[in-house]
Amino acid sequence: MSRKDVFEAELLDDNGAMTLAELARRCATDAEWLLQLVNEGILVPRGRALPEWRFSHTSIWRVRRVQRLQVDLGVNLAGAALALEMLDELESLRRRLASLESGRETGAES
Amino acid sequence: MEFKDYYQILGVERDADQDEIKRAYRKLARKFHPDVSKETDAEARFKELGEAYEVLKDPEKRAAYDHLGANWQAGQDFRPPPDWDAGFEFSGGGFTSADSAAYSDFFESLFGRGFSGGGFQRAGAHQYRARGEDHHARILIDLEDALEGRTRPITLQVPEIDDHGRVRTRARTLNVRIPQGVTAGQKIRLAGQGAPGIGDAPAGDLYLEIDFRPHPRYRVDGRDLLADLPIAPWEAALGARVKVGTPGGTVELTVPENSRSGQKLRLKGRGLAGKNPGDLYMVLQIVVPPANTDEMSALYREMAEMSDFDPRAGVRG
Repeated sequence: MSRKDVFEAELLDDNGAMTLAELARRCATDAEWLLQLVNEGILVPRGRALPEWRFSHTSIWRVRRVQRLQVDLGVNLAGAALALEMLDELESLRRRLASLESGRETGAES
Repeated sequence: MEFKDYYQILGVERDADQDEIKRAYRKLARKFHPDVSKETDAEARFKELGEAYEVLKDPEKRAAYDHLGANWQAGQDFRPPPDWDAGFEFSGGGFTSADSAAYSDFFESLFGRGFSGGGFQRAGAHQYRARGEDHHARILIDLEDALEGRTRPITLQVPEIDDHGRVRTRARTLNVRIPQGVTAGQKIRLAGQGAPGIGDAPAGDLYLEIDFRPHPRYRVDGRDLLADLPIAPWEAALGARVKVGTPGGTVELTVPENSRSGQKLRLKGRGLAGKNPGDLYMVLQIVVPPANTDEMSALYREMAEMSDFDPRAGVRG
């Protein structure tokens, strides 16, 4: 591949608008199982009734993470929901910690 | 290739029963799961665990593995004995997960062939069309890449199936324009850069999760940036105008009178760009000049004599 090719990357935020079918395809799973994730509160679509449901792009990561937790660790959906919450918090704490640790020494020396 | 001691990897004795093996695996899997652990070798450890469990949980594979004998040491150079698996029947089931790509040469040499016709089929040879799979990866970029929306080369390890049906990884480099203002934990998508489609179907997309390398100067908190601003005690006490380098260029800042260490000066909108741009916070750090000349020592003594300042007023016990 030519090194000159530049690929444009699209920033995904919480405003994406995937249908249930699209999300199922992206996660290589079936819509029925995704419904269980919605019922468990793991996925929160916008829109009232199922045909109007729209999922954010970040749902893909939540679904994939649940898939991994189920396959690799054998957790059930309620357990996966709890693990997701805690992992989210853990990651945000880790980021804050890393941010507090980085730059400190340099700042103090200058 | 190196011999792998699957019992040692799971930390169980060779005569452990299936329940013990399952318990040992579950415990270690939770500890080293890449979604949970941030230890640098977590992913490698987890794959190794999965491979060990794949063999030991399956009575057929375990019996065949045990048949190799107990005299092998982990890491020892290993060639499978000819017809080592004669007399063992593998009923299939094969690779249980997409992670099969990660199994070692050692595993492949023992169990790879037996299952090549099993659960691990590639659809490539068939006459149908299917959209390519989406690929996912996590990348480390510099803060400047996000601040400026730079184009940077990104190298990914892509698993591929070669002509013999074996899994190999190939390095793939893409020049990616990083969206300006992206921050740690956010995801970006490169349309059509996932796995190729089958038939005339479109390729999948490539999803990348962003993380920043530690920056020598700036700390990142969501869309906000923080940096230390060293000032002299007299600048803190009397107030001052100081020049500061920021990602957007040099700015002049007013340090208010009687500032304290740790106080933050906000530069609105000078963080990561976006619909709600972040702010840049300069955190004041008062740097005390050393008393390294007679004049400096005299000045400090003079201050001590004329000031009733008590730095420990709040910590008297």
